[in-house]
Amino acid sequence: MKKRVFHPCGNYHENYADQLKVYETDYGRFFAAAGLVVLFGLAPFVSTPYLLYILNSIGIAAIAVIGLNILIGYTGQISLGHGAFFGVGAYAAAFLATRCDVPFLLSVPAAGLITALVGLIFGLPSSRLKGLYLTIATLAGQFIIEYVLVHWEDVTKGTMGITLPKANIFGLEISGDIPFFYVIFLALLVMLWLAVNLMRTKYGRAFVAIRDNDRAAEGMGIPIFPYKLLAFAISSFYAGVAGAIWAYYTVSITAEPFNLGLSVEYIAMVIIGGMGNMSGAIFGAIFITGLNELLRWAIDLMMNMGMVTQTGLNLAPLREFIFGLAIVLFILFEPRGIAEVWRIIRSNFRLWPFSY
Amino acid sequence: MDFFIQLVVNGLSVGFIYGISAMGFVMIFKSSSVLNFAHGELLAMGAYIFLVLVTWAELPVYAAFLLTMAACFSLGFIVERLFLRPLIGEPLIFVIMLTVGLAAMFKGLILLIWGGNLHTFPDFLPSWLSLSWGSVSVQPVYTLALVVGTIFLVLFGLFFKFSSQGIYMRSVADNQRAALSLGVNVKKVFALSWAIAALVAGMSGIILGIINGVNVHDLSAIGLKVFPVVILGGLDSIGGAIVGGLIIGLLETLTGGYISPSLRDVVPYIVLVFILMVKPYGLFGQVEIERV
Repeated sequence: MKKRVFHPCGNYHENYADQLKVYETDYGRFFAAAGLVVLFGLAPFVSTPYLLYILNSIGIAAIAVIGLNILIGYTGQISLGHGAFFGVGAYAAAFLATRCDVPFLLSVPAAGLITALVGLIFGLPSSRLKGLYLTIATLAGQFIIEYVLVHWEDVTKGTMGITLPKANIFGLEISGDIPFFYVIFLALLVMLWLAVNLMRTKYGRAFVAIRDNDRAAEGMGIPIFPYKLLAFAISSFYAGVAGAIWAYYTVSITAEPFNLGLSVEYIAMVIIGGMGNMSGAIFGAIFITGLNELLRWAIDLMMNMGMVTQTGLNLAPLREFIFGLAIVLFILFEPRGIAEVWRIIRSNFRLWPFSY
Repeated sequence: MDFFIQLVVNGLSVGFIYGISAMGFVMIFKSSSVLNFAHGELLAMGAYIFLVLVTWAELPVYAAFLLTMAACFSLGFIVERLFLRPLIGEPLIFVIMLTVGLAAMFKGLILLIWGGNLHTFPDFLPSWLSLSWGSVSVQPVYTLALVVGTIFLVLFGLFFKFSSQGIYMRSVADNQRAALSLGVNVKKVFALSWAIAALVAGMSGIILGIINGVNVHDLSAIGLKVFPVVILGGLDSIGGAIVGGLIIGLLETLTGGYISPSLRDVVPYIVLVFILMVKPYGLFGQVEIERV
């Protein structure tokens, strides 16, 4: 039997393979496995339908945010169009499912690929340039895609929206919260696994090199423009997959939710969760979705107590204000997000009582 | 023919206002190469402050205008001091994300205080400001915008050319580190550029408010329309912002008039993508040359 490894009190990496390890210790692996057991074995059965719905929303958001994190956190480019790309994924899946009768398992990755292609159209002009032109191009992408989703009626049916057929995996019909819970979280797991391992390959290292210093990266022989484009395509792929699953989950889709607000929400998740950290995407999705629900609950409570009236306080502006405030505060005080806070807490425990 | 000429006149007037709105944005970009996503909210702040001073406090228009300018100037100062000063030296990506956060924050704040309804200023412009040749006419607001905008443009030109602060700002824009080592107070330059940008934004917010009424959603949408304008004109050129604004305004009204009104708001962004493809540094922007 292999020797179990406990937490060391310092950084004892001796070679590159050590540094590339996903789990530092067997504890990490054990807790990850335990977490998965609780997630898949227990969570869907003990939670109420409402809680399950929130969990599913978190899972879908987390997939999109992992993709955005690859772009923002690892490659150092900002996309303000991920809300729209999410929508492209949703519409692509809806189109494939209703017009071409493509089964669920095929239409979701296909929607991701279509979204990646659409992303490339907007990424192509900007990633030739240094600096943050991609941000501006994706802002344009956001508005152009929103327009196309509403006005290209042959494909998107305009404001009518599209109703999707029930998802079907090998004859097994998937509907309702619990089956979707499994689909969403299995997809999240696969996408997370892909992303974590992608970052350990030469592609991932190239992304990080471009983020840290694009001139030096170029000097080291990394062709930065293809790599920037690749990062953007991968990130749009993630958004597309998330959108496709969301479309199946909500059954009927319209172009309304895929606005700039959604893009900003995803950016908030990346920043608050932790840029350049895969677990950050999940923390961010939990935090923002939780915050959303908390605000709704607080306002309901206040209205019931008669402290505020319906006309006096509206959910949307307060939510927007608090999102903005959260982004600003996190950037000012903890730019690496909740993931960093979590790391500090953990290492405090580990190093106690000699935490120097 | 008359329809066409009227469209062109409308387009140029709207475009000039886009250009003025973009001036503040370019100021910030020039001095600190920050893309300010909260620019639309700065416009809205100016318009709402003016609204409060004119309707609630019932001040005379001139006093209200001057007070609004002063308030916007201090607002820019405070924003820089509270939120941007701590980030000097941090990667640019954090600063840009911070402006995205600030935009959401300000927008939420404005909605909480004033709500999302359309407010209008009382009519205070004298009618002799309206011009007309034959069947073509220009509303008084646009004449006002032309006058005020030209004054600001000339003032800025003189400021950057001759005043020591203006020269410091240009030096910081050119090379922050070199400016710092030559004794330029970079913090002061940043603070001043944010304050001036907020002031210009407030002024254009008031003009936009006179034209369309004051509504935070519309104003922040115009804050984003600044991006096509400045990309077309060149990110670091104040004169380019005006020319870019004129072209975008013209394109918008012509599309709205001849093709379809719903395409109107998207055209600037299509132009934006096109410009990035063929002439990424815009019409008057400086092409970045890297020497390592």
